[in-house]
Amino acid sequence: MSRYPVPQDRSEAAFAERYPLLSSAEARAEAARCLYCFDAPCVQRCPTEIDIPSFIRSIGTDNLRGAARTILDANLLGDSCARVCPVEVLCQSTCVYVHQGRPAIPIGRLQRYAMAHGMAPDMLQPASPSGRSVGLVGAGPASLACAGALALRGHAPVIYERDTWPGGLNATGIAPYKFQITDNLREVAFIESLGVEIRTGVEIGGDLGPDRLLAQHDALFLGIGLGPDRRLGVPGEDRPQVVGATHWIRRLKTDPGFRVDGVRRAVVVGGGNTAVDTARELLVLGVPSVQLVYRRGRPDMSGYDHELGPALADHRLQLIEHVNVVEVLDARRGVEVLLGDHSGTLASVPADLVVVAIGQARLDRWARAFPGVTCDDRGRIEVDPHTMATGNPRVFAGGDAVNGGKEVVHAVRDGQRAARAIDALLQEVAGA
Amino acid sequence: MPDLAVDFAGIRSPNPFWLASAPPTNSGDQVMRAFDAGWGGAVWKTLGNPIVNVSSRLASVDYGTWRMMGLNNIELITDRPLADNLREIAAVKRRHPSHALVVSLMFETRQEWRDIIRRVEDTGADGLELNFGCPHGMCERGMGSAVGQEPAVLEELVRWVMEVASVPVIAKLTPNVTDVRDPARAAVRGGIDALSLINTVQSVIGVDLDRMVPLPSVGDASSHGGYCGPAVKPIALRMVADLARDGAVPVPISGIGGIATWRDAAEFLALGAHTVQVCTAVMHHGFRIVVDLIDGLDRYLCDKGLHSVEQLVGAAVPAYRDWGELDLNFHTVAAIDSARCIGCNLCHVACHDGAHQCIHLPSEPQGAVRVPYVDEPECVGCNLCALVCPVEGCITMVERRRGAARESWNDRVAAGRDRVPGGLGEL
Ligand SMILES: Cc1cc2nc3c(=O)[nH]c(=O)nc-3n(C[C@H](O)[C@H](O)[C@H](O)COP(=O)(O)OP(=O)(O)OC[C@H]3O[C@@H](n4cnc5c(N)ncnc54)[C@H](O)[C@@H]3O)c2cc1C
Ligand SMILES: Cc1cc2nc3c(=O)[nH]c(=O)nc-3n(C[C@H](O)[C@H](O)[C@H](O)COP(=O)(O)O)c2cc1C
Ligand code: SF4
Repeated sequence: MSRYPVPQDRSEAAFAERYPLLSSAEARAEAARCLYCFDAPCVQRCPTEIDIPSFIRSIGTDNLRGAARTILDANLLGDSCARVCPVEVLCQSTCVYVHQGRPAIPIGRLQRYAMAHGMAPDMLQPASPSGRSVGLVGAGPASLACAGALALRGHAPVIYERDTWPGGLNATGIAPYKFQITDNLREVAFIESLGVEIRTGVEIGGDLGPDRLLAQHDALFLGIGLGPDRRLGVPGEDRPQVVGATHWIRRLKTDPGFRVDGVRRAVVVGGGNTAVDTARELLVLGVPSVQLVYRRGRPDMSGYDHELGPALADHRLQLIEHVNVVEVLDARRGVEVLLGDHSGTLASVPADLVVVAIGQARLDRWARAFPGVTCDDRGRIEVDPHTMATGNPRVFAGGDAVNGGKEVVHAVRDGQRAARAIDALLQEVAGA
Repeated sequence: MPDLAVDFAGIRSPNPFWLASAPPTNSGDQVMRAFDAGWGGAVWKTLGNPIVNVSSRLASVDYGTWRMMGLNNIELITDRPLADNLREIAAVKRRHPSHALVVSLMFETRQEWRDIIRRVEDTGADGLELNFGCPHGMCERGMGSAVGQEPAVLEELVRWVMEVASVPVIAKLTPNVTDVRDPARAAVRGGIDALSLINTVQSVIGVDLDRMVPLPSVGDASSHGGYCGPAVKPIALRMVADLARDGAVPVPISGIGGIATWRDAAEFLALGAHTVQVCTAVMHHGFRIVVDLIDGLDRYLCDKGLHSVEQLVGAAVPAYRDWGELDLNFHTVAAIDSARCIGCNLCHVACHDGAHQCIHLPSEPQGAVRVPYVDEPECVGCNLCALVCPVEGCITMVERRRGAARESWNDRVAAGRDRVPGGLGEL
């Protein structure tokens, strides 16, 4: 049982898994098919450089704990990464079988299999205590990975999280057919077991600001992710039918009262993965008609084709390209969404729900409050890419707040990279 | 953490995993990289008087999508000058003092053996392995398996070596004999410290049907070669076990043949090997396989509550018996789990055509699949259906004893009940 209770009747609990756990027969067959390439391209394509051929070989020899260990040695969030990583464009896209026109090894699913069966509570042994403490802001993947890696090096990490649940978007953002909040909380418990303290419901800022944190800890890591959903900036946007995407997904994943029963027609605005996820989620929830509205053409969309393509095979989803939302008007039932381009209004689409997925705000103002911390003109915290150190040598940062919004695995890489640099810094200070 | 270190006839090794004498141990660079990767020991590629090798040298049996399930070679011993080999052996030993470095040798005259042993011992090598096993090429010249197949010659040669050697000596045996205990006992009589087996099995691996030349072809002809790789593991296991339970062979054994995983290695250890040697699996995938060999064995020992490799060595030997000692009242029957069955009917056809006609097909499917059923009284408990079944855990063999007491054929002979009805006398 997790320290962080979640409501039972969450809508997400009804979602079926898209890729269920492999059976041992499936896992063995796929492991036997893996060529165990040397200097393998899949490893090079993994941001955390998991030794994929080796863990798959260990699955093949029935050394599942060895397999899990190999994964964790490179990536402490190997369980969530196995399930949320877009392997179609990462490791799996480079499988050498692709060059033979044969299906790639299902690396993500094998990784999940190894983690599900091979994880043992005392698998990783923390070093003896260094007496050093590190404060981390936000309990998303970046901070969790950083804190776990610091704990293994003997330091005492304390994570401050303003939300009820730790996990960041792993708790509140990932599509439920991939990973649910309960899955996330199991992984969080594993990270805590390494010696990580998490204080939820604590927002950093105001009274508990940079000064107090810097005074309490030897070093800091900022893993704050991104801010609230961006707004369209058009008239009528304040109507209750119009919601931000991450806000809406968060309710889907955590809110016991959340229902979409009355929604017959939904409009999703945006062309990124959050927009595509939202559209897919609406389809799973049974909404009869979903319009995905994007300001440019399909080739320009940053949402993955492997996600959008299958979704568009469902006749209930339509993609409307090259238009903007001009205004949201009140209607007898729901709202009318006026769509147009630079030449004027083109169409009006009726909707009971409008989900706006055009990106998230940046928390640069918040970050700049830390002395020495700077941000670029797109609001991203500036760091040394090798150490993740900000302009303040005691303050490090990583994840979405630094890269502007990528994947969980990039946040993990950043966190672990920062942990190495923080460890070096603390040892240097200790030696001085 | 279990202790993986072993003491093999006085040769100490950080773990029981050694490279066999073969191409992976051809040079100092390779052996150093192997030790860095985690191998506990290595037997250097056999040294002898210079030879000439042919090209090509290897051919393999692929099975389904598995490449190199069996490997065949017609390579001889080292083709590098002795001086280079000796210099590199000394360099490896200097860099890796705590790894086991054994040098394989194959010479003809007593004087040659004396000379080479002195030279090799000067390098600091930990032991010698006498190659009495190479089954192609060298045997045509009276060496290798030609020695291994003649116990008297083998014993004599071992004596020559033991007279001069001051480090532990291992004799490497050929499987190309009728009873491996004969050469093993001869080596023991000669004073050997330890045995290793198996070397490769004589074989012709295939034929190029377009050119009508056996494989691997050297231009327009080929020769028989030595077979190794996963395919030979059962042959090797049997020979190791035969020696492990032979009271006349009281020396440690290094098991070789088809080892690719920690599980293979654990099986060799359980049947009496003290160390294992690997060749083909490394030729296939490189030195890196040792990581999972060590990790897997380590976790296995932990799971079983064993504190050292030593505790595993020979653990299954007492259960390796003559047929005449097996319990005739032990009986199993096949049980098919209908919830798991996927309806391929392979068990049915195997039993119907290839066993005892006791798995039948119902005329109607139950639900989505037609699940075959077992006619229990007819089932002899041969395992065939369970072996062909592609679904893990679907067919299990359930124990149905025929009598409470244990009774073997030998017991029956002793009790005078060894006449089975239906013989010639009743015709
Ligand atoms: C809808 C959606 C779906 C996604 N799906 C996938 C996917 O399938 N696969 C994938 O790899 N990636 C996916 N991503 C991206 C991925 O979730 C992020 O890249 C990743 O979570 C970034 O991790 P992070 O730790 O940097 O930030 P976050 O996960 O955003 O965590 C930041 C945490 O900091 C906390 N915080 C912020 N400010 C403060 C403060 N002042 N005080 C205390 N706490 C604070 C927040 O509450 C939050 O918990 C998705 C993103 C979204 C929005
Ligand atoms: C190409 C090749 C060359 C070999 N050369 C030698 C050798 O020089 N001396 C020797 O004792 N064994 C030699 N062997 C046999 C191996 O050491 C080993 O006994 C055999 O391959 C069985 O082990 P494996 O199944 O792990 O390959 C050779 C094997 C191969 C494939
Ligand atoms: S493996 Fe190396 S030596 Fe052998 S044929 Fe290929 S390239 Fe030549």
